[in-house]
Amino acid sequence: MTTTESSAAPSTALAAKKKSGGLTAAASNYIDERTSISGAVKALGRKVFPDHWSFMLGEVALYSFVVILLSGSFLTFFFQASMSEVHYDGSFVPLKGIEMSAAMASTLDISFDVRGGLLMRQVHHWAALLFVAAIGLHMLRVYFTGAFRKPRELNWVIGFILFILAMAEGFTGYSLPDDLLSGNGLRIIDGMVKGIPLVGTWITFLLFGGEFPGTDIVGRLYSLHILLLPAIIVALIAMHLVFVVVHKHTQYPGAGRTNQNVAGAPILPLFAAKGGGFFFLVFGVIMLMATFFTINPIWNYGPYDPSPVSAGTQPDWYIGFADGALRLVPPGLEFVGLGGTWSFNILIPLVGLGLFIVLVMIYPFIEAWITGDKREHHILDRPRNAPTRTAIGAAGVTFYAALWAAASSDIIATHFQVTMEGVIHTMQALTILGPFAAYFIAKRTCLALQKKDREIVLHGYESGRIVRLPGGEYIEVHQPVDEYERWKLVDYSDYKPLMIRPDDRGRITVGQRMRAGLSRWFFEDRISPVSTTEIEQAHGDHH
Amino acid sequence: MPETKTSKPRTSRKAGRRHPLASVALIAIGLMFTGGAYAMFSTSTARAESDLSSQQTIDEGEKLFAANCATCHGLSAQGSGTGPSLIGVGAASVDFQVGTGRMPMQMNGPQARKKPVQFTAEQTRALVAYVASLAPGPGLPDASLLDAQGDAAAGGELFRVNCAMCHNVAGAGGALTEGKFAPALTGVTEAHIFEAMVTGPQNMPVFNDVNITPEGKRDIITYLKYLENNPSPGGFALGSLGPVSEGLFLWIFGLGAVVATTVWITAKSN
Repeated sequence: MTTTESSAAPSTALAAKKKSGGLTAAASNYIDERTSISGAVKALGRKVFPDHWSFMLGEVALYSFVVILLSGSFLTFFFQASMSEVHYDGSFVPLKGIEMSAAMASTLDISFDVRGGLLMRQVHHWAALLFVAAIGLHMLRVYFTGAFRKPRELNWVIGFILFILAMAEGFTGYSLPDDLLSGNGLRIIDGMVKGIPLVGTWITFLLFGGEFPGTDIVGRLYSLHILLLPAIIVALIAMHLVFVVVHKHTQYPGAGRTNQNVAGAPILPLFAAKGGGFFFLVFGVIMLMATFFTINPIWNYGPYDPSPVSAGTQPDWYIGFADGALRLVPPGLEFVGLGGTWSFNILIPLVGLGLFIVLVMIYPFIEAWITGDKREHHILDRPRNAPTRTAIGAAGVTFYAALWAAASSDIIATHFQVTMEGVIHTMQALTILGPFAAYFIAKRTCLALQKKDREIVLHGYESGRIVRLPGGEYIEVHQPVDEYERWKLVDYSDYKPLMIRPDDRGRITVGQRMRAGLSRWFFEDRISPVSTTEIEQAHGDHH
Repeated sequence: MPETKTSKPRTSRKAGRRHPLASVALIAIGLMFTGGAYAMFSTSTARAESDLSSQQTIDEGEKLFAANCATCHGLSAQGSGTGPSLIGVGAASVDFQVGTGRMPMQMNGPQARKKPVQFTAEQTRALVAYVASLAPGPGLPDASLLDAQGDAAAGGELFRVNCAMCHNVAGAGGALTEGKFAPALTGVTEAHIFEAMVTGPQNMPVFNDVNITPEGKRDIITYLKYLENNPSPGGFALGSLGPVSEGLFLWIFGLGAVVATTVWITAKSN
């Protein structure tokens, strides 16, 4: 068997060479004979990507991650993750002779004495900010279009873990230069962990190798930042992408698009070319930002010293919501008793944000349980066609945004010339009341838009042309919507609230009642899609 | 076609003083001359020195004080319900408050704001002389401490430890409670920085010579002037406000540019 195969291979190679004669053909053939890759290329190359700008956001995240890996590797060549004390002797005059850690000194050397070092630092940092922002926007797209529904629930969870890991990567990276800003950030984390009853103090001693700041933390964070976290992120990104291939891509409703097909361009050749080009565009945008705009000027912050704190000390944007939560907690929530201090001013944000994060992560399962929908969904919802989901999303976004904005309370106060207390109190109110307001506004807006869609499908667009009928009556001629457009307006699934049904033993469980209640909340107010009979009827008495 | 040919030389003949923009240029030159002359004149008056201890200057200051300051600070600077006593605040205090335009105060508020200076340098010196004559207090700093030629590194360290918690590490300013704020330190003269440290205006604490030695103050001024005169090595500084302005920039311009690109590359060609 083996002999026949090996003897057959060269002859086919020769034949192929004679036929095309091209180097590409010969090279592909050489590789294919040794790896049998053609099957995979054929299958993957035919994978179809629908064309829509919002489907590119995940790619932005992926490409920024590639930029982060490239620039980060450059930085590791020169960074020293050590907290041993040195006297800075580089070319930045206002820090000459100042005592600092080797980490800080090497970061300054990267900035001022390594050719291209400052550019790479800024590329790395801007790309990191863009990475998390692109993930956030991608998640919003997936949420509001319902792309997390079966069969993609697990991929939502993987993506969400990636979001959390990206924040962890960002925070560990922010802490590495050991400048004043990063040290302040670590001090806040140290304080938060110490606020956890019983175990908190022990955990920070373990983390910092003794009392804060110690001499170990930079080295430890470095291991996490360049080894463990990136490895997990790369593995999860791989899984995330495999799932994208396995599930096929989702698509927006439209003529000829069903749950059984995907309409779009295949990866090879068109999409690969576009995607490859898009990588360089994203790279270019990051490069331009890094070239022209300073980010994290550690030379201003100086080396870490536990006594000073700068005005305007904030974390990078993606940790802002947590910082904001700490700023918004009202005073007087610390109690001494039961053999310790109970810092509810720290525990409330910790638990609150923890709950928020877990709710977002398991949302697909919650919604699936409430709707009881076990079908696969490859056609996306337009946000208006899932009013309750959209409203919950709007509430969540408002909650997050209020906490996020609160992290810049001092900057808001100085730049809009208002009082710090006023900003804090407004943000406190927004955090609590804002989500409710956003929920009702979003839900009513969705329902109104659905009604408008219904009207357009049934009666068409107002044309503005007034016609006088022979009988003297004036009417405005409505232009009927064309069939392609109509498809988009009527193609969504209609849910009705679940009925409570007794189970096999004839009982109605508490779970059942809760589910029915939630289902009623979800689907009580709804606008059904226009049916065929309704359209025919409307056309029958058409003016 | 022939019409355009004939019109061309006509336009070229309109060069020189008959050019349509000639009058505009003439006005601009005229304005520049008058402005320049005024600037030269006003700086030459600013340079005019007068002796702080001369009775004539003090008397002049007293008149100015009675006309502009006494409403709140009292006729003999003893203070009133609306303004503190100025006896013993010293020359440095008056030079800072009046020299930066904070006094006379525009309106009651969380703190006196910087605004266009209301007095000439000569008048300011007269006010300084008058208040300084009432009782001893912090004097005007010696010019040797204001040369910004000290140790920028030592100044930077002192600044981070003593000043940055309100003024921000880059001197970009910061918020305080109840609408008060620490102002940005760019564009503040060396003398005013020194006087602010010595006298603690508004909500600022006093940094006397024991807290920070005069040489230390000189180093701080050196550091601030270094920051002011050397633009950020990384490019535009985005207000030196730290991660908030960076995040805002990223979301609006960075992500905005990237999303615009996604729309562009997925747009259908028609």
